[in-house]
Amino acid sequence: MFIIRFPIANRIDDLDDLGQGFTSAASLIISLDTDLLSILNLSLRVSLSAVFISCIIGFPLGAFLAYYKFPGQKGLVIILNSLMGLPPVVVGLIVYMLLSRSGPFGVFGLLYTPTAMIIAQTLLVTPIIGALTRQILEDLWFEYSDYLKSLEASKIDSMATLLWDARFSLATVLLAGFGRAIAEVGAVMIVGGNIDHITRVMTTAIALETSKGNLSLALGLGIVLLITTLIVNALAQLIRTKYN
Amino acid sequence: MKTNNKILPLEVSKLNYEVNGHKLIENLNFRLEAGQITVFLGPNGAGKSLTLKLCHGILKPSSGDIIWNTDLSNKSTTNKQFHTMVFQKPILLRRSVRANIEHTLKLCKIPRNTREDILEKALAKTGLNEISNLPAKSISGGEQQKLAMARAWALSPKVLFLDEPTTNLDPSSTIAIENLIEEFHKAGTKIIMTTHDLRQAQRLSNEILFFHRGKLLEQTDSDTFFSNPKTQAGRAFIKGELFW
Repeated sequence: MFIIRFPIANRIDDLDDLGQGFTSAASLIISLDTDLLSILNLSLRVSLSAVFISCIIGFPLGAFLAYYKFPGQKGLVIILNSLMGLPPVVVGLIVYMLLSRSGPFGVFGLLYTPTAMIIAQTLLVTPIIGALTRQILEDLWFEYSDYLKSLEASKIDSMATLLWDARFSLATVLLAGFGRAIAEVGAVMIVGGNIDHITRVMTTAIALETSKGNLSLALGLGIVLLITTLIVNALAQLIRTKYN
Repeated sequence: MKTNNKILPLEVSKLNYEVNGHKLIENLNFRLEAGQITVFLGPNGAGKSLTLKLCHGILKPSSGDIIWNTDLSNKSTTNKQFHTMVFQKPILLRRSVRANIEHTLKLCKIPRNTREDILEKALAKTGLNEISNLPAKSISGGEQQKLAMARAWALSPKVLFLDEPTTNLDPSSTIAIENLIEEFHKAGTKIIMTTHDLRQAQRLSNEILFFHRGKLLEQTDSDTFFSNPKTQAGRAFIKGELFW
């Protein structure tokens, strides 16, 4: 007969850690800890840069795949959709191999820099932005095509019309990309190395504190990260409401 | 708005349109002259809207010819400068009423310095001044169709295709749209419209083209068609006994 024993003591410790986590988060925020601000600043800088670059690539790519029908287009769409599920550690490993001294881009000395982290996150976010953009614009093209064909709109004019009219839906796509970037730890850990004051971001700091057994601080950092994401999403919603 | 109908007559010969081997339009031959309001009449699925879209150029025929009096293949002129189309369900952009008309003018390369004047006249003609800054998607169905007519008015087309423009509208909105159609007609625009509403066809048309199952069965003046249709299907349609 098997007896299942619940780890009661551990659960109580966990609850203590949870309470302490909130306390740590509050104290980190109230004290405006300079280390925390520097980590937060780098996190936002890396993730927002990656999302910005991903949008520059992903929006036109999505528009292109939504508008043009050519042999292999469906295959490309399937590949792009699949890439949305890219494991961050795999992307981290590939970028690591490309940027390491023996790799093809080793001469640039980018490994363990914020630039390497931006490259890794861009690779993770671009398929999300591209695939979701394609789906949104394809639906819109279905609605607008007769009007645009009727006026003999050029390809560029048609794509510009679709992108502009889908702007509010695309803002949600952008937020999905930002969510992926800011919450990701595997890739930035591998290519950034979690170097204090150089490449340490919120997620790598949380991983470090967890591995040190400092769970309450790790949780505190996690709560700060959640609040940051919440603020970014709230700002986006405000902008959307104002201009919609 | 005063137009000079040099692009008419429109000569359609041996026109066929098929999808996946199914003949939807079969061997159409007709000629449309300037000056009259021509109505394509017939039950649902008769091929009226397809014929309209083929003539407008949104669809490419499987075989046959659609020949305008003016050579529209000339690079210096394009179809949109000559004929435009209003759809059964207005296709409106996710922008304000005003911005919808602006977009049409911009796509049609109307000089920037004249756009504002044309826009104001189109708004005044359709009575949309008061709601010009509202989002187009938020206005009523009748107003949305008026906006589609305003966009057409702004282009001063020589031929206006109307695909069942009042199907989803209440009686007062229907009258408003019919009045606008009369205004276009008075301004010299050739009206080619589809409807399955017999009373509307009687009110507006000078000429009837009666379609059934993808074929043109009759082309005659309106009075003759309604008093003495030549075909069995035409007689049945007038009596309300013709079904697909």
